[in-house]
Amino acid sequence: MRAVESIHAIPKRGCLDSLGGEERVKAKIHVTLKPGILDPQGKAIEQALATLGYKSASNVRMGKYLELDLNETAREKAEAQVKAMCEKLLANTIIEEYRYELS
Amino acid sequence: MADGKSMNFGVIVFPGSNCDHDCVHVLSDVLGQKAIEVWHKETSLSGLEAVILPGGFSYGDYLRTGAIARFSPVMAAIKQFVAEGGMVLGICNGFQILLEAGLLPGAMLRNRSLAFICKDVHVRVENAATPFTGRCEPWQVLKLPIAHADGNYYTDDVTLSQMKANAQIVFRYCTPDGRVTSEANPNGSLDNIAGIRNAAGNVLGMMPHPERCSEDVLGDDDGRLIFLSMLDALKKAKLQPKPVMAG
Repeated sequence: MRAVESIHAIPKRGCLDSLGGEERVKAKIHVTLKPGILDPQGKAIEQALATLGYKSASNVRMGKYLELDLNETAREKAEAQVKAMCEKLLANTIIEEYRYELS
Repeated sequence: MADGKSMNFGVIVFPGSNCDHDCVHVLSDVLGQKAIEVWHKETSLSGLEAVILPGGFSYGDYLRTGAIARFSPVMAAIKQFVAEGGMVLGICNGFQILLEAGLLPGAMLRNRSLAFICKDVHVRVENAATPFTGRCEPWQVLKLPIAHADGNYYTDDVTLSQMKANAQIVFRYCTPDGRVTSEANPNGSLDNIAGIRNAAGNVLGMMPHPERCSEDVLGDDDGRLIFLSMLDALKKAKLQPKPVMAG
């Protein structure tokens, strides 16, 4: 069964993503409208859910989800970068708030 | 016009701008001024006396309207131009870019109805003493077309009171007879706001499109008042000795 062996010989994805043996940082970023700011899309979705019979659903908020890889292994540096990206571009902090997870 | 009295306008072209030709047409063919298109990669605005950021869908409205255009190379030159007192008009997407760039206060949300609204609306001139509205009467009602999905203006309470105190709200959506009502608000904008200026007074952002209604043949030429007002202000400024700019 040589074919099967050759498949196993392909490096695992984790190895491809690593940088000098250490894992690169991945960021998962959520951007949503601040509480209290009208979210017409969220409202429309809520009404659609109610039409479907899901009347228990309320306070639907629609947002954006972004993920990105950072060519960075130091977590603190990565976090500072992600925060700056959110402040400068990914979120408009007048109307939006953001949160992120690093892994 | 070859009389040496015409003004030099620059109309910025971002990838996805689509009202740039209309602006150039009104300024040059209708009003006889010099108007050139300025590609967004330009880093200098030298020789220009006023700049227009036109409507359209810069960068496909990706992320948020105006969010990516504000990082175009020309924006650094525009910030400098504004700091030196240069006159800048942002129309529709141009307004959205000025907000994202922080040259005007506030932000745009999706229209209350979620729909892209393309129709004529009425706006009331709240401040007729700006370089963009000098030809209008106080409280004059203008009929202008809008065409946008994100024109629902928002700002926080503190900023709104400061804007009111500084007479920065220039246009508000109203009924044809000039009443500012909820029914006359097409997109849910805070306080029916359709156009604002900065505190210094040399930057105006407006959602309606004056360049689409500046000729009799189009059945509406109220938009021409905005461009004529700018011309008046530029000519007046030219007659005065130039102030020495610090920095």
